[in-house]
Amino acid sequence: MSAETTRRIEAHLGRRARWRISEIVFWLALLAVIFAFPSRAALINEILVAGLFALSLDLILGLAGIVSLGQAAFLGVGAYAAAILASWDQADPTLGLAAGALAAAVVGFATAPLLLRGADLTRLMVTLGVSLLLGELANRNGWLTGGADGLEFSMGKVLGRFPIGFTGQRNAALYSFAVLFVLFALARRLRQSPFGLALAAIRENRLRAGALGIATSWRIVAIYAVSAAYAGAAGALLAQTTQIVSLDLFDFHRSADVMLMLIIGGAGWLYGGIIGAGVFIVLRDVISAATPEYWEFWIGLLLVVLVMVGRDRLQEYVRRAASRVALRLARDAA
Amino acid sequence: MLTILFDGVAYGMLLFVLASGLSVTLGLMNFINLAHGAFAMVGGYVTALMMDRLGAPFLLTLPVAFLVPALLGVVLERTLYRRLYGASPLDQVLFTIGLVLMAMPIADFLLGNEAHQVNLPAWLSGSLSVYGVGISRYRLFIVAVCGVIAAALQLFLVRTRFGAQLRAAVDDARVANGLGIDVDRIFAVAFAVGSGLAGLGGALAADVVGGIDPSFPVKFLVTFLIVVTVGGSNGILGALFGALLLGVLDVAGKYYIPSIGAFIVYAVMVVTLIVRPQGLFARGDGR
Amino acid sequence: MSGPALEARGLVRQFGALLATGNVSFALEPGARQALIGPNGAGKTTLINLLTGVIRPTEGRVFLQGRDVTAFSASERVRLGLSRTFQINQLFPHLTPIESLGLAISERNRSGADFWRVAGTRPAIVAEIEDLLTRFGLEAEMDQPTHTLPYGKQRLLEIALALATRPRVLLLDEPAAGVPEEERQDILAALAALPSDVAILLIEHDMDLVFTFATRISVLVAGRLLTEGKPEDIAKDERVRAVYLGEDGHG
Repeated sequence: MSAETTRRIEAHLGRRARWRISEIVFWLALLAVIFAFPSRAALINEILVAGLFALSLDLILGLAGIVSLGQAAFLGVGAYAAAILASWDQADPTLGLAAGALAAAVVGFATAPLLLRGADLTRLMVTLGVSLLLGELANRNGWLTGGADGLEFSMGKVLGRFPIGFTGQRNAALYSFAVLFVLFALARRLRQSPFGLALAAIRENRLRAGALGIATSWRIVAIYAVSAAYAGAAGALLAQTTQIVSLDLFDFHRSADVMLMLIIGGAGWLYGGIIGAGVFIVLRDVISAATPEYWEFWIGLLLVVLVMVGRDRLQEYVRRAASRVALRLARDAA
Repeated sequence: MLTILFDGVAYGMLLFVLASGLSVTLGLMNFINLAHGAFAMVGGYVTALMMDRLGAPFLLTLPVAFLVPALLGVVLERTLYRRLYGASPLDQVLFTIGLVLMAMPIADFLLGNEAHQVNLPAWLSGSLSVYGVGISRYRLFIVAVCGVIAAALQLFLVRTRFGAQLRAAVDDARVANGLGIDVDRIFAVAFAVGSGLAGLGGALAADVVGGIDPSFPVKFLVTFLIVVTVGGSNGILGALFGALLLGVLDVAGKYYIPSIGAFIVYAVMVVTLIVRPQGLFARGDGR
Repeated sequence: MSGPALEARGLVRQFGALLATGNVSFALEPGARQALIGPNGAGKTTLINLLTGVIRPTEGRVFLQGRDVTAFSASERVRLGLSRTFQINQLFPHLTPIESLGLAISERNRSGADFWRVAGTRPAIVAEIEDLLTRFGLEAEMDQPTHTLPYGKQRLLEIALALATRPRVLLLDEPAAGVPEEERQDILAALAALPSDVAILLIEHDMDLVFTFATRISVLVAGRLLTEGKPEDIAKDERVRAVYLGEDGHG
């Protein structure tokens, strides 16, 4: 054995484990934006929550290669779980967040076996079908969900100290930021772990992954439940920071939008969802300020161009640009 | 009771014509075309506008409602769609969602966002009584037209040379090319026919669904997908049975148990996917 | 351990009316070097799939070190010591050899479901990765994405991956298929150096390779075992010659 080879193997396996400067700058910049633009706190909060939602999709699409058109199901479940809890006077945000994530994880775990059969097309349909079913369930059980009227409620203070909502928009954004950062760090860790490596193997070649003794089905169920929990947490955040929930959380367009965000930023490297959410929401804000009715057209055009030019190439470009910007910020700060 | 059954059958027939094009692209050509509803919307608009602005008779507008989306289909297929045959499902989904997102604002911009109505001629309004069962004339008309289309399609695909060539091209494009089949042309024609049928379906459906508006492609997208999923994607007959089953269940469900409503249709779809991922009426083992 | 490492008893597999495997029984002793030959369409692939659990037999049973594994899934059988390589490379194109091997070893250690520890922080795993890389001569390209490796190196990685699961029984499905002449020696050397206590079943068309490697040969024709014996007996067997001469082209 040569010590040099051993060292290179260790370095290779651990090469993504250390936080790079560009990553640290990214998070600091995000935090700085919240303080720099207090008047846009609501918009920033929306980006952070959407970023978490897109991160949840990245866990299954980017890491495990499973295409889903029904991620809104878990957003809705998480949001309603947190909202219903709050409307029963359990208004502590942390509790609601945990409940939202847990409820979504349970639904994810229960529906994951449906994903194990069939090809991508079947999965698209199953995930879409489940989200529609859940939306209809919420619609028909108005005693619990408020039906078409939705639910309005008020939230307690985060950790008993920081009020969120209309009086504390910046606190709301900070709360979302904290949750997003913690969950992101967890997801990042998961990606480096043997479990993350096994997911990559399943994505690349499921047949061979099975031939190495990986119980591929269980791994898929596990990551789907984790992804559902993340989406549920995003839903809970959305409910808590806007203090209203309605049935459109389950809509198809939510699932489609989140997929667009992730694709814009690039799937598989975990930052794509957050960057994509930022681009998507800022674009929507800018375009709809100019042409309120037609902003969807431009998003559609962007998508068509994205696919035609090739997602891989564009994503590589976004990735490089993002780390260049981060590095420049770091230099300027130093 | 029978009235409801008949309404259900008519609705199912309509769904069939709307979705049959999708069962060709999705089922035969393995292309996930979520923009299918946009072609239906174009057909609906063609009929509504021709009647409104030109005073054209309803029947005369129907062929045009077929032709315009069919032409549009060919153009899009030749320029854009064809590059994505064999691309990953994710790319196809993204691309066609992009098309839908573009189509809706265009419709809104050109025609406004209020629904355009198709005013049926007098001979198609009202209803007949057959042995005491009230039957809407228009629904009878739909059943007849759609029945003819279904039969023609089935014959077209099974009996004609074109049908055989299409199936060969889908099976293995390379081999088919080697046999001298012009695969490019076959796919273009199949796509055009599918888009045209969607347009025709859109024109026929306008009255039933309360007019055509820019949100049509999304509103019915899910329904189309459900029809194809339940019917199984490898044949016209499967799509027909699937559409009829869903039409009847939907109409009957909304009438008898309104508290459950759309739930039934979604449940049928999810259960189908669990029990028979290839579709209820698919033959053989599928893929 | 007494008794065969891998045993098939009366395996039958039908696809509709087609009989792909007809009543095949055979045993692989611990440390065996056995080859399975047969003309195209003899059902070799179906037999491998039955043994590894990719498909289930219509009738018959499979025993792994005396344990009935007929009802076990493919990945469960791998964990019990039955591993395989594939005729057409089944690798992870965008993972590197280090990652692929690390993954296989982690799975064998039952640490593959660990979602917290960073991969590669266990010295034992790193040492084993290094050992396998050295043994198969893959150090130079160990940190390159698999799809960029030369074909012969990919074939070697295919075997290294199977070995990383520490099998008791290893099924090699045409390990030299498609390998250019100048890289073939590497494959032969790698096969010769496989651990002697692992029972190996080699499925191969290349008769040179079969006769250098195997001490026992089974001949499969039309889904049934035609004969089984020492290489010199098989070489003399008239029926085997007839099958191969009749088929032409695979000598």
